[in-house]
Amino acid sequence: MAKLHVTMTVNGAEVEALAEPRTLLIHFLRENLALTGPHVGCDTSHCGACTVDLNGKSVKSCTVFVAQAIGGTVKTIEGIANADGSLHVLQEMFREHHGLQCGFCTPGMITRAYRLLQETPNPTEAEIRAGIAGNLCRCTGYQNIVKAIRAAADQLSSKKEAAE
Amino acid sequence: MIPAAFEYHRPASLDDAVKLLAQFGDEARVVAGGHSLIPMMKLRLAAPGHLVDLQAIGALKGIKDTGGAFEIGAMVTQRELILSAELAKGVPILKETAEQIADPQVRYVGTLGGNVANGDPGNDMPAVMMALDAVYLVKGPGGARELKARGFYHGAYATALKDGEILTAIRVPKPPAHHGSAYQKQKRKIGDYATAAAAVILTVSGGKCTSAAVALTNVGDTPLFADAAGAALVGTALDAGAIDKAAKAAMAIAQPARDARGPVEFRRAVAGVMVRRAIEAASKRAR
Amino acid sequence: MSAADGTSAQERKDKLEGLGCKRKRVEDARFTQGKGHYIDDMKLPGMVFGDFVRSPYGHARIKKIDKSTALALPGVKAVLTADDLKPLNLHYMPTLAGDVQAVLAVDKVLFQNQEVAFVVATDRYVAADAVELIEVEYEELPANTDPLKAMAPDAPLLREDLKDKKEGAHGARRHHNHIFTWEVGDRAAADRALGGAEVVAKEFISYQRVHPCPLETCGCVASMDKINTHLTVWGTFQAPHAVRTVASLISGIPEHKIRIISPDIGGGFGNKVGVYPGYICSIVASIVLGVPVKWIEDRIENLTATAFARDYHMTGEIAATKDGRITGLKCHVIADHGAFDACADPTKFPAGFFNICTGSYDIPAAHLTVDGVYTNKAPGGVAYRCSFRVTEASYFIERMMDVLARKLNMDPAEVRRKNFIKKEQFPYKSALGWEYDSGDYLTAMDKALAAVNYKALREEQKANREAFKRGETRSLMGVGVAFFTEIVGAGPIKNCDILGLGMFDSCEIRIHPTGSAIARLGTISQGQGHATTFAQILASEIGIPASEITVEEGDTDTAPYGLGTYGSRSTPVAGAATAMAGRKIRAKAQMIAAYLLEVHESDLEWDVDRFVVKGAPERAKTMKEIAFAAYNKVPPGMEPGLEAVSYYDPPNMTYPFGAYICVVDIDVDTGVTSIRRFYALDDCGTRINPMIIEGQVHGGLTEALAIAMGQEIAYDELGNVTGSSFLDYFLPTAVETPVWETDYTVTPSPHHPIGAKGVGESPNVGGVSAFSNAVNDAFAHLGLTHTQMPHDHWRVWKTAEKLGLVK
Repeated sequence: MAKLHVTMTVNGAEVEALAEPRTLLIHFLRENLALTGPHVGCDTSHCGACTVDLNGKSVKSCTVFVAQAIGGTVKTIEGIANADGSLHVLQEMFREHHGLQCGFCTPGMITRAYRLLQETPNPTEAEIRAGIAGNLCRCTGYQNIVKAIRAAADQLSSKKEAAE
Repeated sequence: MIPAAFEYHRPASLDDAVKLLAQFGDEARVVAGGHSLIPMMKLRLAAPGHLVDLQAIGALKGIKDTGGAFEIGAMVTQRELILSAELAKGVPILKETAEQIADPQVRYVGTLGGNVANGDPGNDMPAVMMALDAVYLVKGPGGARELKARGFYHGAYATALKDGEILTAIRVPKPPAHHGSAYQKQKRKIGDYATAAAAVILTVSGGKCTSAAVALTNVGDTPLFADAAGAALVGTALDAGAIDKAAKAAMAIAQPARDARGPVEFRRAVAGVMVRRAIEAASKRAR
Repeated sequence: MSAADGTSAQERKDKLEGLGCKRKRVEDARFTQGKGHYIDDMKLPGMVFGDFVRSPYGHARIKKIDKSTALALPGVKAVLTADDLKPLNLHYMPTLAGDVQAVLAVDKVLFQNQEVAFVVATDRYVAADAVELIEVEYEELPANTDPLKAMAPDAPLLREDLKDKKEGAHGARRHHNHIFTWEVGDRAAADRALGGAEVVAKEFISYQRVHPCPLETCGCVASMDKINTHLTVWGTFQAPHAVRTVASLISGIPEHKIRIISPDIGGGFGNKVGVYPGYICSIVASIVLGVPVKWIEDRIENLTATAFARDYHMTGEIAATKDGRITGLKCHVIADHGAFDACADPTKFPAGFFNICTGSYDIPAAHLTVDGVYTNKAPGGVAYRCSFRVTEASYFIERMMDVLARKLNMDPAEVRRKNFIKKEQFPYKSALGWEYDSGDYLTAMDKALAAVNYKALREEQKANREAFKRGETRSLMGVGVAFFTEIVGAGPIKNCDILGLGMFDSCEIRIHPTGSAIARLGTISQGQGHATTFAQILASEIGIPASEITVEEGDTDTAPYGLGTYGSRSTPVAGAATAMAGRKIRAKAQMIAAYLLEVHESDLEWDVDRFVVKGAPERAKTMKEIAFAAYNKVPPGMEPGLEAVSYYDPPNMTYPFGAYICVVDIDVDTGVTSIRRFYALDDCGTRINPMIIEGQVHGGLTEALAIAMGQEIAYDELGNVTGSSFLDYFLPTAVETPVWETDYTVTPSPHHPIGAKGVGESPNVGGVSAFSNAVNDAFAHLGLTHTQMPHDHWRVWKTAEKLGLVK
């Protein structure tokens, strides 16, 4: 099958590559672009380990063809840190509150939480739990993940207040 | 899980999309959000030679208020349904249902059109559309057609849509402002299809139910419009006896399959409970 | 004591971040930035990709395999079948349980999704295309997926390769589907107790087949360097050294020419203990092709082919006096091992440590028999987040205690309190042969009961039942009480080995001249945070801050030999080795310090991070100073350097315990259960890192929730797996998962160097019983004694329906 000329913006950089249309976005990111942060966990769009941000939405990149993402803007865990290279507050809070263990779900979880906080800057515990319900974690029981996201929300809002 | 190879098309207009479908016939499938089709392709249960991606077609997007109805573009996502203030006010069951579909990631990309058109009996919106008496606007090589949701579903993955036709929009008649509605869904976990679910739309006037529509999800090969259940409510005070009658009428048409969600008798019983609870909730919401 | 530099002992202790510190994890920096290094992240020049053709049938004869079309597909490098492996004698591989397992199906397939052919191609897409092009002709055979029917006279013969084998690895076989019978305890004494008992309770308790299901599936990259005849295999291995030895034994490649590396592992929970056909096929393919071969299973393959857990069907009889004192216990188990006996247990324990099934109770007489049988299901039999078969044992006794309580009309908590092994009875020798190291069960239980206000819960339940009866509610409240004793840290070489390798573990420490260090261990973290906690143990032992100690695991070329991480053995065994190696370092350091300070060794005392001259605190040498001196100023006759290694053979297992209480509300009309409250008290001995312990408990409880309330790898009569993706296999999301309350007591292990017992698996062991007891308890007043797991909606509804509760 003929390969497509794929162009998209990934973590702020324009990328281009040749790829079969059927190439799953997760494989394109991991294998063509060596962005191995997002992972494949279930293959059936249930676990969310492959979550990336595509055009401002959290998507499961194991269930998106690279062809569908042509021209799109993608952000992965590798692009979550602040512009100055410092860690995003979510990354810090996941460590601070022991929101990860084996680390396999963590990139998808943080990428999802990033979008959640963009849309809901001050979520309740129930909103956090519903907001990450598309991301499975086998290690933590979610309690510390919820705590980490809530703490990140607090820090982001106090930073914002300080700036205002 | 790797899909078979295909050629990809991203038409810019509806006409182009219809042409592509005509050109490739059986070989072609349209893709919207892809969360029904792509898993099937990854399992190689579907292997279309041509994939026609509808994302660039502006005409399939947006929610229009046409006075008596909302015309919702087929490519409107579940998340857009949830965020729409006008729908939340006019047809609140859409938001209530969309929130119970899959998970946040899937709702960002999953579309209303995809949910109602692919004929998966597990999808939630078809029963809601039946309860609302919605009309599906389709376009194909033979021109445009309008199909009522209540007659659209023929079997599992078998619908009134003809080869080469694309669902373009869903026309949802506005229920009366004082109506009550509810979508009650039992599932094993987030991301699951319903063990059984029920959509109820009703109106109440002077303490009596003046109209009622009941439809069921995932307890048959197709979504089921339970007209006898609705009829059992009209004219009553929505008292326990009437609700019981409606629930039993709905259970009588439920033909669930045994699956990991449970045996037939359980799923049928849950359908009855969902109907009861949906009627109770809708009745409380009706003004 | 204040040091010469004015810092207090506490300040210096805090700086070490040693035992007891809620130290933040060193692993997290890479994981939170997407820079972990998991197996599928590996990319080597020239690497190709392997994929399996699998059986669609549960039992069938293979008539023909045609690989010609697949081989003609551009990009396909090789297709292996059993016929290709036979000349290498690799068509079967030995299992840990003394059986063999087909690497690729030989003549027959014995379970659905069994490996039939291995396709190697340039990338995973081409490999997947080629899999579709391989034509296999099958003749379907009658399958049996019911372990209770496996030994029926007319049950289909599964293992033709064993047809004439009358003797198995654990004694005589009495049926063509019989694997072993394991008997422990005093049958006559148990029979006497039951025969003369005032009260006998009997129950059949099934523990369904489940799967550990870490979020990362299994996989490997095998790379044969033909020039140097050196094989390197990276993979998801919970026991890399054991894999190296096995690989050497079965391939004939000398062990020094094999290097096994476990990179970051995305959760294990027992799934990654075994050696799977994918590893063998990748190695063979790499040897044949001379290029690196990657194999990564997908989720369906994971759930249906690599490992399973439980599938234990247990009949219990328990004898007691009228006032609730237990006098005897009998248990018979039918253990479904699938098509090959590939259970991962220490050699002498074909049913693992199931003989811990007397639990936390002083039971004078007990007898146990376990019959292992073959069925047309996937092989495996791993300890899913528990020590070998301990979850089954704990579930069995904790359900039996409740069944007995019903029979006696006693409160379940009270029956337990009455029969606990008492504090002063430790070390306690159980009727089935274990010596429990330490415990204070009554204190733990009473703390738990007080914490949840147990009495008030029972009063609330009474009111709920009355309201239900009056028709005011359709919800029933259940209170589940569970107490567990784990047996972890396998184990003493005298009774624990795997393939003849004693189950010691190891730590090697090197102190660098500037006073920082590296420690290498024979274990491998899969999320437990070893790099964080082992550095803490060492920090307290040798006075070097944990932040200046690198912990490295998983590379057999650099790490000392060890048996790996499973069965909560890392802290009990490798953690002990770490402490012991640290003590060797300190002993040498003391000699150097004495030399530097010109005093006798016995004139020195250890003070957090330094040796101090007794009575003269201003005269001291810090570990940093000593480390440097070790490289230039050692006492005459002493070797320079500061290194130590310890291979630790534990004198006994450790026995963590805990008390869990669960409150559940059940909607009888829908079978929907909601966990209102869950309280978990754990006693894992000395607590190394309370933050990590709490995280382990949260995770283990969530896995227990999943098992008790929904997980099941189910088969239909034809041998098809019903539900093999995450659509059906229950992994709770954040929405289904309740908030966990954790608590603890501390009863150190008397024989472990730092008193630690291990904790990662306890919450799963105790949790499943607590959930199940709660569900059963909700219906207990209606006469229910036991209902089988999983307690998913339909089964709970069925229970309610059978009790006449459904309208």
